[in-house]
Amino acid sequence: MIPTQSQSFSMLLVAIAPFLAAFVAPTVKRFLPNHAGWVLALIPTSIFLYLLSFVDLIAQGEKIQFALPWIPNLGIQLSFYLDGLSLVFGLLISGIGAFIVIYSGGYLNGHYHLGRFYAFILMFMGSMLGLVMSDNIITLFVFWELTSITSFLLIGFDHSRQASRRAAIQALVVTGGGGLLLLAGLLLMAFTMRTLDISTMLQQPGFMSEQPTYLLVFILVLFGAATKSAQVPFHFWLPNAMEAPTPVSAYLHSATMVKAGVYLLARMSPILGGTVEWQVTLPILGGITLITGALLALRQTDMKQMLAYTTMASLGMLVMLIGNGSKEGILAAMLFLVAHSFYKGGLFMVVGSIDHETGTRDITQVSGIWKSLPVTFFGAALAAASMAGLPVALGFFAKEEIYLIAKGMEWQHWLLAVTALVGNALMMAAGAAIAIRPFLGVRIATPKTPHEAPLSMLVGPAILAVLGVVVGLFIHQFGDWFFSPSASAIYNHKVSNHLGLHFDPIPLGLSVVTWIVGGIVLWKLDRIRDLLQALARVWTWGPDKGFDQAMFGLVRFADWITRLFHHGRLEQYLILVFVALGVAIYTPMVLNGSLPDVPNVLPQLRFQEWGVLLIAVLGLFAVVFGRTRLVAIVSLGIQGFAVALIFLLLGAPDLGFTQFMVETLSVVILALVMTKLHLDQRDNRVFEEVIRDGGLALICGIGLTTLLLAVLRTDLDTTLTDFFIQTSVPIAHGRNIVNVILVDYRALDTLGEISVVMTAGIAILALIRLRAGGPKRGIGAIKRAAGQRAKRAASKARSAS
Amino acid sequence: METALAILIGLFFTVAIYLLLSRSLIRMLLGVAILGNAVNLLIFTIGRVTREVPPIVPNGQYQPLEPIANPLPQALILTAIVIGFSLFAFLLVLTYRAYQELNADNTDTMRVAEPEDSPRPPLSY
Amino acid sequence: MNTIIFRTIAPYLTALMVVFSIFVLLRGHNEPGGGFIGGLIAASAIAIYGISAGVSEVRRALVFHPITFAGFGVLMAAIAGLMSAFVDVPFLMGLWLFIDLGDGSELALSTPMLFDIGVYFVVLGAISTIALALEEDEDGK
Repeated sequence: MIPTQSQSFSMLLVAIAPFLAAFVAPTVKRFLPNHAGWVLALIPTSIFLYLLSFVDLIAQGEKIQFALPWIPNLGIQLSFYLDGLSLVFGLLISGIGAFIVIYSGGYLNGHYHLGRFYAFILMFMGSMLGLVMSDNIITLFVFWELTSITSFLLIGFDHSRQASRRAAIQALVVTGGGGLLLLAGLLLMAFTMRTLDISTMLQQPGFMSEQPTYLLVFILVLFGAATKSAQVPFHFWLPNAMEAPTPVSAYLHSATMVKAGVYLLARMSPILGGTVEWQVTLPILGGITLITGALLALRQTDMKQMLAYTTMASLGMLVMLIGNGSKEGILAAMLFLVAHSFYKGGLFMVVGSIDHETGTRDITQVSGIWKSLPVTFFGAALAAASMAGLPVALGFFAKEEIYLIAKGMEWQHWLLAVTALVGNALMMAAGAAIAIRPFLGVRIATPKTPHEAPLSMLVGPAILAVLGVVVGLFIHQFGDWFFSPSASAIYNHKVSNHLGLHFDPIPLGLSVVTWIVGGIVLWKLDRIRDLLQALARVWTWGPDKGFDQAMFGLVRFADWITRLFHHGRLEQYLILVFVALGVAIYTPMVLNGSLPDVPNVLPQLRFQEWGVLLIAVLGLFAVVFGRTRLVAIVSLGIQGFAVALIFLLLGAPDLGFTQFMVETLSVVILALVMTKLHLDQRDNRVFEEVIRDGGLALICGIGLTTLLLAVLRTDLDTTLTDFFIQTSVPIAHGRNIVNVILVDYRALDTLGEISVVMTAGIAILALIRLRAGGPKRGIGAIKRAAGQRAKRAASKARSAS
Repeated sequence: METALAILIGLFFTVAIYLLLSRSLIRMLLGVAILGNAVNLLIFTIGRVTREVPPIVPNGQYQPLEPIANPLPQALILTAIVIGFSLFAFLLVLTYRAYQELNADNTDTMRVAEPEDSPRPPLSY
Repeated sequence: MNTIIFRTIAPYLTALMVVFSIFVLLRGHNEPGGGFIGGLIAASAIAIYGISAGVSEVRRALVFHPITFAGFGVLMAAIAGLMSAFVDVPFLMGLWLFIDLGDGSELALSTPMLFDIGVYFVVLGAISTIALALEEDEDGK
């Protein structure tokens, strides 16, 4: 469907409004220090409601697209595309975003930089909305990188701590690096498919997989997705990103940003999917990530870290399901994605509240606080139920749908189902532990005495938890609205909605097994954790440590290179330059065999020409071998006058006269300066250096002579010259062609050149006057001050002795 | 003529490079001045040379009556001479000021921008 | 160097050179010469005057600081270029005005001439700035 003008405008506003809000956020916070969150949440809320108005249309299979020209020369448009997939993402981003903005107001209440925090969060929201609605791959990439950058800003929000800075840089390097590979992949794909628009690409499914570039595109896109969505071995940045304030963890590093990689895979599924590479690589990658993440989650005692690792596991699950590519798999992926955003976002906020109220988030240090935080406990319990997949929470249907894949009855389906089962069970244990351990049991003392969190910190977890159940209760209706359209968008064919409470023996049986295994793990959690921690003590190297080694190695390498080339010895720099010059001159001539013959006859010159050449040579020799300054100055003048004479003899009177004047002035100012300075004019090079420098100079000189001889053998293109000669009088009314070129044909060049001359004059004036400014400025002033300090210290030492 | 000029230009470059490679500032300055001349002559010669026929159209004519010197390189060189002089003057004054402030006329002893004991980069975040 | 003969003839020499420089400048479009050479000759004249009569004397004679002349020259050249805007042709396009003087000769006024005068002033200003600055620095010692 093509929207009307006003609709287009409001669609654009969806991506832009958060950025505008980010602009005013610090001001809003200044006027309403305690309630700015509630006000700012109006932006995501209205975006949410606006997007909600499209649900009916999208559910009928419509797609909405519109474009504004952005860089028309390159065919880049600011084009947006709304289908089932983008709609679900857009609703999640804006809906959860609203709660996060409110929650931040409570969590960071009184923080000096809260306004800045709002701004970052809103900018992220805009980037993420833009990302999921982009139709053009260039805009998609720009928004993709914007999410990386805003994530960097948010992780490093508490920039006074080194751990935050490290985590921020790590996230930026990993996701930004992946982004660069993604850009290469997207461009290659665009060149292959001859379009920049994703919607156009979607109309030719299966085209890409037959192209020779397919494998490369697939690998590059996969790198982008895997780094963003924290797949093994790029997972390490995600747990470290938990250095960010908890609302950020809940929003970016659980509910939305890390799912950008999943979104990308889902979006590309019709274009790149369906191949053996896709269906083998993605499930294996996702499966490994799922199991690794779930096991690492159980090792942690920090509840935020536990959630971070289960998030990583969930991302693995999503990649595995999208890789599977079957109807069930994709529907399951969408269900799981939404369920996960609800319960994980909620659980993160719950952990933030526990941290905020008790002062610790170590799961072994908090116990029995449910009476103090009843609403929080309620939210945690419902979220954990959804995470465990208890009926009739949304998580239950997600899991049922995953296990339906096992009905395929082939070994790879079973392998996938079993992997999912193990992962689910472990994640369930981790989630249940967070919902049960801190709240139930015997009350133990905590750093702070807990009270119920403020309203702003309750709204989010409570509503998200309730939503998880409500959507589960009305699963068929929500399936019609959201899950079926979004799955259809990924599958590229209609995925019919069969969601509901069916009692299919295989999925249900597998669910029961999941609960049993999960229950056992929960029961023996402390033992398992000890075991895993013991293992971690043995196996100390990981990609996280490798990242440090790589970064520091890079710094050391850069330092080494810098010291190698910037050693501070000017003559060495110049030697390098002239060696390069020599290589550049000789290599092409030798390779092309265009070395000119050595001239073997004496050139036919007139007497005065021989004279001039002789004067020039004499001047040059006197400059090199002259022993006094006066000789050097005079001989410099001699060679310059010789050049002027050459110009005069060869039909260039303008040049000759100019050269005369310039040489005279050069000698005058050189004499003015030299009489004042006792500059050492002698050449204090040792014999080896004289040989080295002289040899190099000679090689370059001979090289330029041969180059010139070679050039002179070729024909001169006189097109431009002829034009100037023929038109100088008729159209430029000047008979001195050189002057006409200078002031008319190439006047713009001359304008630039006289500006340079003037600038040189100003610079010299400034240099001379610098000293008149007194001893307060300049390098000399610093040195003088240091010298005076040293003198004072010395006199003090003397008087002391 | 062009061959002879080519050899002379080679000599100009040799002398200029040899002077530039010395560590004495004043010799480097002489090298810069000579290098400017060398480049100007190079451009001049590449445009081919003629004897004593300046690129000027005789009075009352629309086109020159005989072959004339190539005006294009001359126009390029004319500005190059003046700019080269400005650069030379600037370098001269810079040398002069460096000598006054740092008491150094040798590039080995001028290490303000790249001190020998520059610190190692920090290995932390 | 600073003999009485030199000191005596320097003002006349300077005046002659300045007049000559203007002559070279104005004939430059048709005969050898032009703004660059003219400017250099004028700058040399000022340098000679500076050496003979002292920098403060030259500064007084010039009224404005020499770098002002350079700035004026760039401005003039730019204005010469901008004239083309009035007749809707590209920047720096040459415009000509031929005034018949009645006796068979005509006076040609043009923006390239204005531009060349700008070049003259830039070279004159910048180079005499340099020369005077260096001479003055010597006096200051």
